Formats: sequence, structure tokens, C-alpha cells
Amino acid sequence: MKEVDRRRFMKIAGSSLGIGVLYSAMPSARAKGEAGAFFGELGKKNGEAVTPFTFLQLSDAHVGFDGPPDPLGTKAFERAVEMVNALPQRPDLVLFTGDLTHDTEDKDTHANRMRRFLEISKRMNVPLVKYVPGEHDAGLDAGQMYREFLGESYYSFDHRGVHFIALDNVSRAKPEVGPDQLAWLKKDLARFDKSAPIIVFTHRPLFDLKPEWEWFTSDGDDVMNVLAPYQNVTVLYGHIHRDDEHAVDHVHHYAARSLIFAFPDPEKTAAKKPFPFDKDAPFKNLGIRLVHENFAGKPLVNTVSVQDVELTTREFMGINGINQILRNPSL
Amino acid sequence: MRPKALKIILSALLMITLLGIIITHQVSAEAPRVIEITAKRFAFTPNQITLKKGEPVILRLKSEDVTHGFFMRKLKIDETIEPGKTLDVAVTPDTAGTYTTICDHFCGVNHGSMNMTISVVE
Repeated sequence: MKEVDRRRFMKIAGSSLGIGVLYSAMPSARAKGEAGAFFGELGKKNGEAVTPFTFLQLSDAHVGFDGPPDPLGTKAFERAVEMVNALPQRPDLVLFTGDLTHDTEDKDTHANRMRRFLEISKRMNVPLVKYVPGEHDAGLDAGQMYREFLGESYYSFDHRGVHFIALDNVSRAKPEVGPDQLAWLKKDLARFDKSAPIIVFTHRPLFDLKPEWEWFTSDGDDVMNVLAPYQNVTVLYGHIHRDDEHAVDHVHHYAARSLIFAFPDPEKTAAKKPFPFDKDAPFKNLGIRLVHENFAGKPLVNTVSVQDVELTTREFMGINGINQILRNPSL
Repeated sequence: MRPKALKIILSALLMITLLGIIITHQVSAEAPRVIEITAKRFAFTPNQITLKKGEPVILRLKSEDVTHGFFMRKLKIDETIEPGKTLDVAVTPDTAGTYTTICDHFCGVNHGSMNMTISVVE
């Protein structure tokens, strides 16, 4: 089996608005010849062959946030759900990479925000939605309320031959996963062949993207060292409220846009300040990323292409539209 | 006690005292500067300090409310400040520059904006 084939077989596609990223795991299952043999062998090694499927990543809804800069509350999140449901192809699953809610020290209010988040999230017409917490969900109570609503904050599952791993790098208050979770991760991975396709989803980046903006995980290197022997690893995360792609060694890390407000490029601005709200373009920078990989079984060819689409504004355009939105209460 | 023995003892005591004064003086001359920094949601006070490159300093950290972090990767600072305790952190910056130091222990709604600047000059 050729090394590069293993590493780049995952087709990833994204779609629309602040909904984050729509991914497709499309390993050219119908491919013949060399590529077909590759996937056949991969399936034998990993117990289940990868078959084409599509999934979404959503992130950072911050239900309960009332600005500034964004006074629209849950509008972008709700619009995202509409657009998910309007997709021509229903995704198999949705991964929500944290900051489902905005934090508050009032437990009842936080619980109401969590209920509101789930009420909106459950409108999505998808068979499976998986979550990890962000620091705004879990940082103040070590994840207690999050677990009461959504269960364990780190776990794994398999879907159509792909192993998904949810990591929690927020519940310890510091940006870290901690030794217990690292030990669990090693144990979780032990049963897999090194060629197994693995998708990790978490909240904070697992590498030093911008430490002085708290865009890092202090023991992210330890996590990536555990994952290093595995040849097909993709990491999806949120937290930074902007789309981003970084390749670190053979692992690609993708950040999704948020559903509340956007941060600028840290390489182009010194201060960590979100983009100001633009009433004429209320969902500006809350876009979705389309990412395609046109795998054809050729080694050493980067076949990933990216397409970003901003959230459509439709009925929210103009002063009347904005005023209408502002009348709606948010938690 | 014989006068001669008394004289020897007094001389020895004098020598020890003088030696102590000299040592104390030397230590105080080399003692690093101490800079007190207080964390309180969602700011550090002061929020800007200036250090000299190569100068050893002690950052004396304390919290007036909840647990905070104090993190600056490039200065190798990664501390947790617990309320009711004082934490001394020895720092000797070796590169001039401006370093944004953050609270990296989630402390509440405006946690993301809790930072201060450490300026290091030549």
C-alpha cells in the first residue's frame, strides 16, 4: 500500500453560512484499479471499509451571548440549521466543536441556555449529532453541567470505517486535555491499524496557532505524539471563530467559522478584537467552508480544494430586517 | 571569666557581626527586583510592566478573587494563581520585545480579554 494514498484518501467537502464546514469522507469507493485495491486492503485491516459519506462541522454558537459585537443572539445558528436542512444531500452526522453556550455564573440561566441550544440543534434533520464542550460551556464548573446534558465530554465512535475521537481540552479550566485523557486516548487507539482513518474533533487547536490569544492547547504536542504513528489523521476544531487550515507534519487541522461573530487573522492584527457588527451584512464572515478532495489514487498530489460561502442574509437585510431580529428575545 | 578570654569572645562576636553585615549587604545588592502583579476578573494590575533584557526579576503574583492563569509561552511562564496565596515567579528575559501575557485559566465571561503586557527593553 502506498504511503501517500493512505494519507490523503479522505474527501472533504463543506457548505454554506456560519454553519461551519460540511465534510465528505469520499474515498472513491467506486474507484477501480490501484485506488480500489487500496480501499479494499484498508477495509480488511480496519474491520470496516470506508464508504462515501458526508458530514458537517458546526461551532461556537454561544447561545446566550448578547453582544457587542453581535446583537443577533441565536439568529445565525438558527439560519445555519435552516441551511443544513436545505442541503441537497442530507449529511450523515454533525460534529459540534464547542462553545454551544455562552457562560454565566447563574446556573439556572446556563441550564436554560443549554436547553435553548439543544432545542435549536435538534431541529437539524440529521441522524446523528455529536458534541464536545468549549470553555464557555465547561470552564467554570469543570464540565459538570455539560455532562448532565450531553454525557461524557471525551469519547470515540466509528462511522462507516472512520474512527471519530472527541477530545475535551476545556474542562480543566486551563487549555489542556490532561494525563487521564491522554492515557484514555492511547488505549482507545491501540486496537487500530496505523492506516486507520481517524478524525479528531475538539474545541481548541491542538497546536500553537496563537498562544497569546489563547489559541493553543498546552499539552497538544502530547496528543499529536500519540496520534503521530497513524497515517490518516484529520483534526477539526473551533474556538478561533474563523476558518483556518494548517498542516502539521502529515496531519491537517481545520477550524470552522463561528455562529456568533468572527475574529480577524492574527497575523494581520495585534489586538484580539472581533470584527465589528455590520448591520448591512449581519452574517459577514460567518460562512461555511466547502472543502473538496479529488482523490484519484495518485501519490504525492495535494487534491484538496476549498470554497468558502458566506451566510446568506435574505430576510435580515436592511434596517427593518435588523430591527425585526433585535425584537426577538435571546437568553 | 578572665579578661583575656572575654576579649577573645567579644572580638569573635564582632567579627561574626561584621561578616553578617557584609553578606547581607551583598545579598541585598544582588536581590532581584520584585514586581507585584494582582489578578482580578478580568484584568491584571498593573497591566503593563517594563523589564530589562538580562535582568533577573521576581514577579509576585496574587489573586483577589478566583483562580487565574498567568501564561506567556516565549518567556516560559505558565502559572496558576490561586486566591489567598502569593506566588513568586523568577524571570530573566533574554530577548527584547513586547509580550502579551494572558490569563489562561478560564475565569468568567470576559476571560478572553484578560491580559497584560510585559515589555522587555535592551
